[in-house]
Amino acid sequence: MIRRRLFNLAATAALAGLALSGAAQAAEVIKLGAIAPKTGPLAGGAVVTQWPNIQLWVEQVNARGGLDVGGTQMMIELIEYDDKTNPGEHIKLAQRLAEQDQVDFVVAPYGTGFNIAAAPIYGRYGYPMIAVSAITDKMDELTERYPNLFFTLGTTTAFVDGVKEILVEQREAGAIGNEIAMVNVADAFGIELADRARELFTEAGFELVYDKSYPLGTPDLSPVMKGAKDSGAKAFVAWSYPPDSFGLAEQAIIEDLDVSVYYSAVATSFPAFGDAYGGKINNVLGAGGTNVDDPAIAAYRAAHLDVTGKVADYWASANTYAALQILEQAIEGAGTKDKETVTQYIKDNSFDTVMGTLTFENNVSHTFWSVGQWQDGVFRGVKGTGVEGAVPVRLKDGWVE
Amino acid sequence: MKPSGWQELLLAALFAMLAAFVPLVANGYWLSIAVTAMMYLALATSWALFSGPTHYISLATGAFFGIGGYLVGSMMSDYQLAFWVPLVVAPVVAALLAMLIGLATLRLSGVYFVIFTLGLAEMIRNLISWIQNNFLGSRGLYVLTDLRDQHIYWMLLAVAAVVYLLGWLINRSRLGFALRIIGNDETVARHVGINTATAKVILFTTTGFFAALVGAIIAPRWSYIEPNQVFSPQLSFLVVIMALLGGAGRLWGPLVGVIPFTIIWEWVGVQFPNQSFLFMGLAFLLIVYVLPNGVVGRIEQLRARLREREA
Amino acid sequence: MLDILVSGLLLSGTYALVAMGLNLQYGVARIMNLANGEVLVLGALAAFWLFTTSQVSPLLTVILVIPVAFVGNWLIYRFLLTPLVRRSKNQGQLEVDAILATFGMSFILIGIMVSIEGGFFAYKYLSEPISILGSTSSLNRLVAFLIAVAIGGALYLWLNHTRPGVAVRAVAVSTEASGLVGINVPRMSALAFALGGAITAVGGALISTFITLDASIGVVFTMKALIIVIMGGVGEIRGAIVAAAILGLVETAVATLVDPGLTLAAAYLIFVLILLFRPQGLFGRVSS
Repeated sequence: MIRRRLFNLAATAALAGLALSGAAQAAEVIKLGAIAPKTGPLAGGAVVTQWPNIQLWVEQVNARGGLDVGGTQMMIELIEYDDKTNPGEHIKLAQRLAEQDQVDFVVAPYGTGFNIAAAPIYGRYGYPMIAVSAITDKMDELTERYPNLFFTLGTTTAFVDGVKEILVEQREAGAIGNEIAMVNVADAFGIELADRARELFTEAGFELVYDKSYPLGTPDLSPVMKGAKDSGAKAFVAWSYPPDSFGLAEQAIIEDLDVSVYYSAVATSFPAFGDAYGGKINNVLGAGGTNVDDPAIAAYRAAHLDVTGKVADYWASANTYAALQILEQAIEGAGTKDKETVTQYIKDNSFDTVMGTLTFENNVSHTFWSVGQWQDGVFRGVKGTGVEGAVPVRLKDGWVE
Repeated sequence: MKPSGWQELLLAALFAMLAAFVPLVANGYWLSIAVTAMMYLALATSWALFSGPTHYISLATGAFFGIGGYLVGSMMSDYQLAFWVPLVVAPVVAALLAMLIGLATLRLSGVYFVIFTLGLAEMIRNLISWIQNNFLGSRGLYVLTDLRDQHIYWMLLAVAAVVYLLGWLINRSRLGFALRIIGNDETVARHVGINTATAKVILFTTTGFFAALVGAIIAPRWSYIEPNQVFSPQLSFLVVIMALLGGAGRLWGPLVGVIPFTIIWEWVGVQFPNQSFLFMGLAFLLIVYVLPNGVVGRIEQLRARLREREA
Repeated sequence: MLDILVSGLLLSGTYALVAMGLNLQYGVARIMNLANGEVLVLGALAAFWLFTTSQVSPLLTVILVIPVAFVGNWLIYRFLLTPLVRRSKNQGQLEVDAILATFGMSFILIGIMVSIEGGFFAYKYLSEPISILGSTSSLNRLVAFLIAVAIGGALYLWLNHTRPGVAVRAVAVSTEASGLVGINVPRMSALAFALGGAITAVGGALISTFITLDASIGVVFTMKALIIVIMGGVGEIRGAIVAAAILGLVETAVATLVDPGLTLAAAYLIFVLILLFRPQGLFGRVSS
């Protein structure tokens, strides 16, 4: 038992990049639990958006001597688990954090389904849960049910609205007509977004001349792209997931898809997307965005690269880091490890984060980017709510470098 | 009737009674492990009802389980029905489907049967995603109930107990006899006048029924249903692995497979959060080489040795 | 129409790459290899890693991968699977042991790959448009297709016109009879397993140039490979190739003419129907 504990501690410390000095061991610690996928279908996203930010934040806080909890400096001890992208596994590990490890606070899970699956457990133990990678239209119902659950990345409708605004603007400008080609991945989030988009786009007077889904794990997206191309629409919208956002871009390049507006959802904001396709994907729109010119964001991105060795993703990375900053400021502001007090503090106060000043209105923060665009090697925010520094949308003009 | 049969049943009943007390003594964490174990126990035991005696390895568990979970999600979220409605409907739907599959696969044997069930499960998964996408639409499938782990655990325990009892009764019946002959040599079975088709279809239908029931019971625990996640092929594989690990030839085989598997899985996941797959795989290989005939084989070997010593 | 034919055939090439290796491994060595997909992803990881760190062309990686994967798989067969083959009394027993052992290996491989690269293997190679018979396609898919054709052809010639090839085929038909006529069955099985692994890894390296993979995606390919092998008939290289062609064409036709949402469902439906009418697969022998 003792050996196991020691091993645990050593492993955790090594992973968090902590130097386990004698002094640190002697100081008081505050335990933080984090569960997210390291393997399974969602791992590819979590290792870009979730894990590096946890690492960065823990390292920064510990480097300056830990959290100031009511006058006592407390080092953060991170306990992390891999949920293998399996809800049953996640629930079990969440119970473990609460009962066995008895962590003081938790990092919210990665993925909408996982946040909702974990909410009843964290709710029961009273952990404040600042969800980032969770997008839903049911926020009111969920926060009423789980008063400890906070949302920070926006609603399904907000994401569709951002795209709709761009389409309406470009139609007025004469860049596109009334016709839109839309595709979506036939899985939870993709279905939900497409369903909402069908409604909102039609309301705005658009006609969906191509509206098809494709299954998760489709090996060849060329028929989808050929279909979209044959529809003749000058606007292409894809409610897609990571592997297929890459696949669609590849096919668009191959087919030389002739559109003025090209949008693909999740993972378009990943640096790997820009790295893989370089200048060819210039002016591609995608979910997310950020304001790299903002000094706070610039400093954050530099630190991210420095500590984790990876360029931060241009969307939820900053939000994930901001959620941790909120937790940090709430614990220090409340001056206690008491979960209830900290939760109340989050509800009542505003927080100074890399995303700007964040406040919660009925547990929901309305500060987020919804649409971004690759502009000369950087994915900049073009549409958002409560954020500053949106740049004008540019038109897609061919796929050559 | 052999007395040892009654002995086994008595032991199982005792085990079930003890297991019922777990939620009263275990904390949330141990209970959540128990729920996982109980879920796999119910699935693996019902899987072994058919696959144990016949040696037909089915990889369709994920499809039936998915039907259970998905119908709960869809009926509760899209049609605002109470939890018990899909709980009753889903197993019946799955059983009907299993019956059709059973009838369709009568001519298949060996590896062709195995992969047929896998392909069919994948077809169902894709078809349902497509239906969901095009006809039902969705704002997400939420299953928000007040059921907690202990309630789910007790329901699963009840299912596992019923499956076990059913298996015990089948073993003692003409049907069980027929199945064992099919497992040994199907041609012989047909020649001695056993209706192999009916026997196989009945058992496969039962398996489908219970897998869907388990899927439906688990759904409230997950709270949010994604079609691609409940129709998990990985689940089909895991159920097979656990049952084989225990030994599918005995009714209690899955039990002695599921429990060590769950414990090792948990231990590895906690000790090596960054490398759980690597160490799980190593643990796995070790088991395969150390326990040639599954846990059951080892237990019976020990038993035989004890008996020898006594004699 | 031409679009369907061209895209469909190119996709068939991909599927052939996925399934030819497993066909040898299962057909000859009788190992139901659940780690097949992970070996494929390992090949993809090698291509991605060498390309992004040292700008090595994936086509060069393909050549490098062959000996490494061959030796690796040979060692796996020799030291991990041979004991299982020896101790099993019948095919059923070996099937169960092979499922358990290779499932464990797939976990180990995933663990190793995750520690090398946890994210997506995203890179771009030869994604240049080309026109084939007036239909637009990409160069990387064409290259993969041509290599698949070359491998399939070479394999067919080798199996039918060389001594070791014929010996391998004999083992595929009957291990007992081959042993009686003086064929070194364990050696031929090891050879087939190693060759199968090498082909699979080569397939992975090629596929990674046009499909973005990650460490955990192997199971998807394992399932596809199992489906194709069984659809074609166990131990028949022609069967695997014909099955791959059918799936590729059906998926593309359905995606173009009906609905892309139904591609995979249609592919599995075809598989199910074929087995219903031909329970031994397209080219399979009726077992005695």
